[in-house]
Amino acid sequence: MTAGEHAVLIHLDEAQRADLFEYLLRLGDDRLVLGHRVSEWCGHAPILEEDIALSNIALDLIGQANLWLQLAGQVEAKGRDQDALAYFREAIDFRNVLLVETPNGDFGDTMVRQFFYSMQAMLVLEQLQRSAHTSLAGIAAKAYKESRYHVRHSGEWIIRLGDGTDESHQRVQRSVNDTWRFTGELFEADDVDRRLAAQGIAVDPSVVRDAWHAQMSEVLATATLTVPNAGFSRRGGRAGKHSEHLGHLLAEMQIVARSHPGATW
Amino acid sequence: MVVEQVVSAADVADSQWGLWEVFAQQEPGAPHQHAGSVHAVDAEMALQNARDVYARRKEAISLWVVPTATISASTPEDVGPFFDPANDKPYRHPQFYKTPRGVKVF
Repeated sequence: MTAGEHAVLIHLDEAQRADLFEYLLRLGDDRLVLGHRVSEWCGHAPILEEDIALSNIALDLIGQANLWLQLAGQVEAKGRDQDALAYFREAIDFRNVLLVETPNGDFGDTMVRQFFYSMQAMLVLEQLQRSAHTSLAGIAAKAYKESRYHVRHSGEWIIRLGDGTDESHQRVQRSVNDTWRFTGELFEADDVDRRLAAQGIAVDPSVVRDAWHAQMSEVLATATLTVPNAGFSRRGGRAGKHSEHLGHLLAEMQIVARSHPGATW
Repeated sequence: MVVEQVVSAADVADSQWGLWEVFAQQEPGAPHQHAGSVHAVDAEMALQNARDVYARRKEAISLWVVPTATISASTPEDVGPFFDPANDKPYRHPQFYKTPRGVKVF
């Protein structure tokens, strides 16, 4: 722990500490759940090269989750490390957006989900690199580079599927339409976001909505795809109200750690 | 022999995406060296696949991808006329020459 980081932690009062813990869980859980989802492609991707690419992306996300949850445990200061937070919480305690827990669907569904998520993550991380909290800024800088590659990879696929054959165009347009209702939650901010943003520690996700829409629309236009109209938006993940899918995902992800607590390999 | 692999892979009717040869540079000033090959629909995706397959663990600072079909390679039949003549001309090697007396050997 650096001296600067220590100073920031010391100056956090009890309420700020609770806010920051909550915020770090959001960052960490989004990546942990999406990383696990993407890892489900391992051995199932359309070709070997894409199988490796998806596994790389999954590992990037799980690596980021590791860092965010480790910091969350330090901020909480109740003796929970990243493994305790990842493997010994229930679905209701997870703070990820609903988008990242949606099942993989077909390859196009996975790419659209990745693109929508990574674009938001990239725009938030770009600003989060300048956080007043030095540890937070450091993790953001590392994750920002990875997120740029994730945007590029998923974006290029959307262009090729959208501007590909009639079938690929129709299928990926359907993916865009079906996934759309989960995008609103990416930009919802509450008092936790706003209080921390006011202190220069966090980024209020609502501020990147316009940039997200503009850059996303540009890629979809290149892909000859139609951007859906704003409509009904699914929400609740940040408050622990998840779909049934998260429970199944956690059961698989947590079973080994819970069956063999403290195991090492 | 690598050239043979390139030729045969390009000749075989491949039901997969096009094949690309990947060349990676490991440090500034070093030559780009053949790393392997990837399948991809176009150059951008070939670069991305090359990055994921051959350059994920800091093995490279620069990548080239080249459509395998555009490479002209020597054939096994060329081995004699191309390479044998080098074998019977020992005077092309510096070791062929004796150091004259009087020259100090370092």
